[in-house]
Amino acid sequence: MSQLITVSPSPHVFGQQSVKSLMTGVIVALIPAFIMSVFLFGIGALIVTSIAIISCVLTEFLIQRYILKTEARISDASAVVTGLLLAFNLPSNLPWWMIILGSVFAIGIGKMVYGGLGNNPFNPALVGRVFLLISFPVQMTSWPLPIASRMQYLDAATGATPLGLVKEGLRNGEVISSISQQVPEHMELFLGYMNGSMGEVSAVALLLGFFWLLYKRIITWHIPVVIIATVFSFTGILWLIDPLHNASPVFHILTGGIMLGAIFMATDLVTSPMTKTGMVIYAIGIGIITVVIRIFGAYPEGVSFAILIMNATVPLINRYLKPRRFGKEVKHG
Amino acid sequence: MSTTFTKGGIHPPENKLSAQSRICDLQIPASVIIPLGQHLGAPAKPVVNKGDTVKAGQLIAKGDGFVSSNIHASVSGKVNKIDEAVDVSGYKKPAIFIDTAGDEWMETINRDPALLKAFSLTGQEIIGKIGEMGIVGLGGATFPTQVKLSVPRGKKAEYLVVNGVECEPYLTSDHALMLEKGEEIMVGVQILKKALNVEKAIIGIENNKADAINHLRILAQKYPGTTVTSLKVKYPQGGEKQLIQALVHREVPSGGLPVDVGVVVFNVSTTFAVYEAIQKNKPLFERIVTVTGKSLKQPANFRVRIGTPVSALIEAAGGLPEDTGKIIAGGPMMGKALLNNEIPVVKGSSGILLLPERESARHKIEPCIRCSKCVSVCPMGLEPYLLMSLAQKGMVERLEEEKVMDCIECGSCSYTCPASRPLLDYIRLGKAQVGKIIRSRKKPA
Repeated sequence: MSQLITVSPSPHVFGQQSVKSLMTGVIVALIPAFIMSVFLFGIGALIVTSIAIISCVLTEFLIQRYILKTEARISDASAVVTGLLLAFNLPSNLPWWMIILGSVFAIGIGKMVYGGLGNNPFNPALVGRVFLLISFPVQMTSWPLPIASRMQYLDAATGATPLGLVKEGLRNGEVISSISQQVPEHMELFLGYMNGSMGEVSAVALLLGFFWLLYKRIITWHIPVVIIATVFSFTGILWLIDPLHNASPVFHILTGGIMLGAIFMATDLVTSPMTKTGMVIYAIGIGIITVVIRIFGAYPEGVSFAILIMNATVPLINRYLKPRRFGKEVKHG
Repeated sequence: MSTTFTKGGIHPPENKLSAQSRICDLQIPASVIIPLGQHLGAPAKPVVNKGDTVKAGQLIAKGDGFVSSNIHASVSGKVNKIDEAVDVSGYKKPAIFIDTAGDEWMETINRDPALLKAFSLTGQEIIGKIGEMGIVGLGGATFPTQVKLSVPRGKKAEYLVVNGVECEPYLTSDHALMLEKGEEIMVGVQILKKALNVEKAIIGIENNKADAINHLRILAQKYPGTTVTSLKVKYPQGGEKQLIQALVHREVPSGGLPVDVGVVVFNVSTTFAVYEAIQKNKPLFERIVTVTGKSLKQPANFRVRIGTPVSALIEAAGGLPEDTGKIIAGGPMMGKALLNNEIPVVKGSSGILLLPERESARHKIEPCIRCSKCVSVCPMGLEPYLLMSLAQKGMVERLEEEKVMDCIECGSCSYTCPASRPLLDYIRLGKAQVGKIIRSRKKPA
């Protein structure tokens, strides 16, 4: 035999998925929501997205190249996903330098300080977003009007989000029935005709992405479905008790980034639990904390904080919630 | 309606290239190398010397101890030497080299192919004869069959499960055998039922072999207590514990044996070997081997004498393809990569698979992205990502706590990992470390 052969332990064949194919799959799943945000927020959405992606990828590249001095592995597209998700969590009129600052923080502090891909405990895009929200509360909560301000970037006309309106109204002693005159109808909310972060508004586009992620087996249904169900039930109970001072559960799940958070942010592979039971507990936690912040906290919406808080519990969840081992309980059937 | 096991599992491409190929006899090679350790347990001890003349079927090495097995000459001729030879494991092991002369069989062997249904031996006699004939589990584990049949005192077998799953991609030797030797397998099942003293036998076959299911179902009508169950295709359904769970819905306890839940499992090809041993007095010295690969000219199922070099099988299937990058004994999921193509076929060789060069090398290892796919595919409910990192850190106690010894080494985790991490390699390392500790604990102080 003349040729050289490979000798290695089994298995000798491998599946089709790679880190890159998973990341590309997430990017594809975000396309419908991106198209909707360009349709609603116009050039602002294009500018914010481009700056976020470019600065995330560049930050990762520079850190790997000049600080860690390791092989640059930006080709796995994970930084592109972080950039896209960060952009989706920003208003479309955010000044360019804040976007760069947020991106550098997201990748640098949110991901690379822990050792890069796979090692970060917190969702990097949310780390970037919360950093910006706390540092620039005014700019981070001025929301361009959909469609009307499509041709403007920094000078876009702004208004409050539906959740902000509700919170403000309740604080001023109004009741839900009178506030709801000012907020869009459920159908408009479902399509995304509202003020908000550029990628969070369109539930229908995000749900399309969800089906793609399921179809491509990138995520399982557990986390998104359980978060949405928890928020729906919790706000539903409050609404049944006191409909005058609590918005409807449908309103709650369609606003304030529940869809974006549940489908794309909480399901981040690196920062979510490893077992199905763990995922369910984690998702229930996110749902409850979100509602608690919305109803009782200072912020009108709380998905970002809820996810970051539950991210912190993931190592604990993984330590104690094990898969059921085969042969642990002997059944005689 | 098909059923399957409930926990984990994967669906690798089936690639059953030789499914339509009938079994044909491979030419007897000019010489054979018969390793003395072809079974689980202690290697056999030679009972012939250099220069002795032997006949096919003659005992040439005797099982050494309780868990061991007899080995018989697969050809007639002269013992050339007793020396070491590289075997499937990649290590040099003792073996008997025989130069072929003619094809003379032991007179005791009945070479008439006619089906013999009736048998009169008692259970104990059957077990004794199976041991004598050197039968081992032909699914790949090569556990001596007479040991498996000797149910420990205090335990009771209720079911005989016959494994016709052949869940490894590419392999078709069991499939071909079920189609062509269905009656013989059925008689073999009756013999094993008698030996185990059980009433019920279930033959499990995956539904990608509908012809075999139909064939055996029709035959089974004549044998009360023997049923055929169709199983949904899922790897590793041929794993003993998975198959038992799929067929009788019982879980073999961690660290336990199938007989703890009243089941004993044999492969269909073992069942056929049992038929030949009991009804035809024929020791195990040949078996069906699939020779396959995408670049191979004629993928085939051959009846091969034990000790035949792999190169002879490849030659008969159209020659070694130019692009061959890996030669595997067994299937692509659990088979062993061979060092060269002169390694002999042994009792446990169900197939020879040639992978092209482009599929031979591993992919580049990337960081774990904690996607949890390894956890969801593990049929034993383990956490491969965790076991790997514990093994890397040498945390032996934690490895044992996390049930590393339950791993059946099916390779589903490594197969599915998008970051191409060598999960099973490290789990094997962990198992070896924990195994050492368990053994040292058992030793009296």
